[in-house]
Amino acid sequence: MPSPRYWREIPQRYRLEASKCKQCGVISFPPRAVCPECKSRDFDLHKLSETGKIVTYSVIHVPPREFSGHTPYTVAIIELADGVRLTAQVADASPDEVAIGKPVRLVFRRLFDEGKSGIRCYGYKCVLETENV
Amino acid sequence: MKGGHMAGIVGYGAYLPKFRIKVEEIARQWGADPEAIKRGLLLEEKTVPAPDEDTITISVEAGRNALRRAGIEPSKIGAVYVGSESHPYAVKPTGTVVAEALAITPEVHIADYEFACKGGTEAMFVAYCEVVAGALEYALAIGADTSQGAPGDALEYSASAGGSAFIFGKEHVLAEVLETYSYTTDTPDFWRREGEFYPQHGGRFTGEPAYFKHVYNAGKAILEKTGLTPREITYAVFHMPNGKFPLTVGKRLGFKTEQLEVGWIVPLMGNTYSGSSPTGLCAILDVAKPNDLILMVSFGSGAGSDAFVYRLTDRLPEVQDRAPKVREMLEGKRYYVNYGTYAKFRNKIKLVE
Amino acid sequence: MREVAIIGAGITKFGEIWDKSLRQIFVEAALGAIDDSGVDHIDSMYVGSMTPALFVGQEHLGSLLADYIGLTAVPATRVESACASGGVALRHAYIEVASGMSDIVLAGGVEKMTDGADATYALASASDREYEAYNGVTFPGLYAMIARLHMHKYGTTREQIAMVAVKNHKNGSLNPNAQFPREIALDTVLNSSPVAEPLTLMDCSPISDGAACVVLCPLDLAKQYTDTPVKIAATGFATDTIALHQRKDPTVLRAVTSAAKEAYRQANINPSQIDLAEVHDCFTIAEICVVEDLGFVDKGAGGKAIEQGLFALDAKLPVNTSGGLKAKGHPVGATGVAQAIEIFEQLRGNAGKRQVKNARVGLIQNMGGSGGSSVVHILTVV
Repeated sequence: MPSPRYWREIPQRYRLEASKCKQCGVISFPPRAVCPECKSRDFDLHKLSETGKIVTYSVIHVPPREFSGHTPYTVAIIELADGVRLTAQVADASPDEVAIGKPVRLVFRRLFDEGKSGIRCYGYKCVLETENV
Repeated sequence: MKGGHMAGIVGYGAYLPKFRIKVEEIARQWGADPEAIKRGLLLEEKTVPAPDEDTITISVEAGRNALRRAGIEPSKIGAVYVGSESHPYAVKPTGTVVAEALAITPEVHIADYEFACKGGTEAMFVAYCEVVAGALEYALAIGADTSQGAPGDALEYSASAGGSAFIFGKEHVLAEVLETYSYTTDTPDFWRREGEFYPQHGGRFTGEPAYFKHVYNAGKAILEKTGLTPREITYAVFHMPNGKFPLTVGKRLGFKTEQLEVGWIVPLMGNTYSGSSPTGLCAILDVAKPNDLILMVSFGSGAGSDAFVYRLTDRLPEVQDRAPKVREMLEGKRYYVNYGTYAKFRNKIKLVE
Repeated sequence: MREVAIIGAGITKFGEIWDKSLRQIFVEAALGAIDDSGVDHIDSMYVGSMTPALFVGQEHLGSLLADYIGLTAVPATRVESACASGGVALRHAYIEVASGMSDIVLAGGVEKMTDGADATYALASASDREYEAYNGVTFPGLYAMIARLHMHKYGTTREQIAMVAVKNHKNGSLNPNAQFPREIALDTVLNSSPVAEPLTLMDCSPISDGAACVVLCPLDLAKQYTDTPVKIAATGFATDTIALHQRKDPTVLRAVTSAAKEAYRQANINPSQIDLAEVHDCFTIAEICVVEDLGFVDKGAGGKAIEQGLFALDAKLPVNTSGGLKAKGHPVGATGVAQAIEIFEQLRGNAGKRQVKNARVGLIQNMGGSGGSSVVHILTVV
């Protein structure tokens, strides 16, 4: 991951900054120039909600290179409380704890390293919401 | 450094990973006697960071919890200081990632600190001083680590991961800093050379000449400075490299078990190094009451201790429930791993690059 | 717009073709098509290839391949739409002939996937690199998520999904050009190693090398070249969001529905009039969603339909008589054109043991990524 491409997405990956259409209220993540719903070009900054639920998921056994050595891991499409959907890993939980509909919370984790000497790449994952933390 | 300017902690928060490994499992791996270890070190289990966690991610989560309790706009924070001995980069600050993630950038001063296990309290000391001096309205100090113990070494039973964050300010203080004191000498009890993966230590030399000398002297001196006796202190928390040392030094300073046990979280947490006494402090803040007095003394090998005395205010009860508590993290949902998984998570197994 | 016919086809065997390079396999297929059609010149060519740059470090395929076919100076365009590259190349060749711009146009596709590149990384470029791939989802992972949701919403079973592979291998065992010309049992599919749950290795189309080419000309010139031309009656193409998570219903491939709707409209037919179809079974679950989204069965009924054998070789609407991507192989850019060749040969009566009786109207559906683009063509006998 070359630095400029990583750095440019920091507001989205670290702070979940999205854009909300001034006209119809649809939230786009990442932010866009044109509202996919009403085609308007006017937006407000919107920070995504941090809780949501699992729409669907899969447990990956054959990973891309950055994630080798760490399988199996779970990826999911989650729907946040404000209606926005994301693709994110489900961290910590074992695959058999994951189910469609379970509540989740977004957390900050290190996604991968660019090899031994490259930059360390951070971003969002989700964890299953438990009663405790 | 004289306190009493009503500057102190405005928000606090801790974060511990969910994975654990038991002392028995590590002992089993190396053919040691688990009961002897547990008796000798007073440890049960320790936290293990997931492969996607590090000092930066722990700092961000602890920082988020501190912000929840502080209830302030992140952009008002004028400094972010992270103390650790496991910063994810050798050269590139932890603080910049943390500040970006917490929406504190760009008008902020950032510096990383290290001093073995007391990087956290160093950050706290500097953050407090800047606020008390009037240079900054708010400053965030974090102590976090994903500490590493050499395989088969005694430190492997205790080296764990976790951290705590404290926002210092003058408005809406929940824990006023009454006094600070630092006691530091050059004592090579524990170190790691550049390029080495595991630290080295001086065995029993880490005891009296290092830990006890600095913690005891710092604790004694700050009590004298404040004119307080041990009986007047509600809770005392010391750096916890294992379960035994903090109880021993606490008794030596004149404290009783009831004063020590709330902050004594090491049997379930392990030694989170720069997060150790700071997280013990958070555990105390989670349950303490207005007007309680707290003594905190850290220890960093090399060696030195930072001591603080806090007086809690009426604001504390309003914010305790705003973020997860340390006891919940220690006793709530957690995942136990075996040694092989632990070694993989801790990068003790050389994977092909 | 003029009517357009396919008058010749050339295809390589699909598989791990160690001894031939990208240009060599494309030239083989191109010369095969040129010879089969009997044309003595080519006015223009289109070649579909997903990512020769990531696989073999080569771009500028138009120039390279025209050169090596012996067609230097001919306008040559490389077309890309991830795994739909071949189908979109075919579409543009069709448009160039239909518009009157050119008479004889070569449409081909090629992919050389086994030369040591990181195929997972290359294939992930069909997804949203920054918001899907960055977060660790793989191609099979995306389709696996579709599968899990499909099972949750419609009660589709794991076995039904696996039956797509069984059916396609049964067909593929009759195809001499297939990468895996052998049948497989349902248990083999269910018990093969997990790739992205619930999908296993046998749910996934393979990594393949291969090339496929066809020659197009105006319909009214076709009989000069062959007694059995096949008409391209319709072309439909649509896009959808690139990221799976941006779609309201991840089990609905809107690009397929939209492209098909346009194709049915142009050909003036409805789905029940399709005699056979080649669809994009990059993963078994894809075929289930596609037969629904093409309107062959109701939404959610795809699993049951496969189980009931509605799409078997001897059924009313055989799907993937070639063996599909699963058994025939999936050299990404070549697939769309290879699908056209299967229907072309079926409509001509040249499909040997796989021949569908009375095949008169065929549909081909090619798709990019997790459904971010799809192109549908309808071919008919003349």
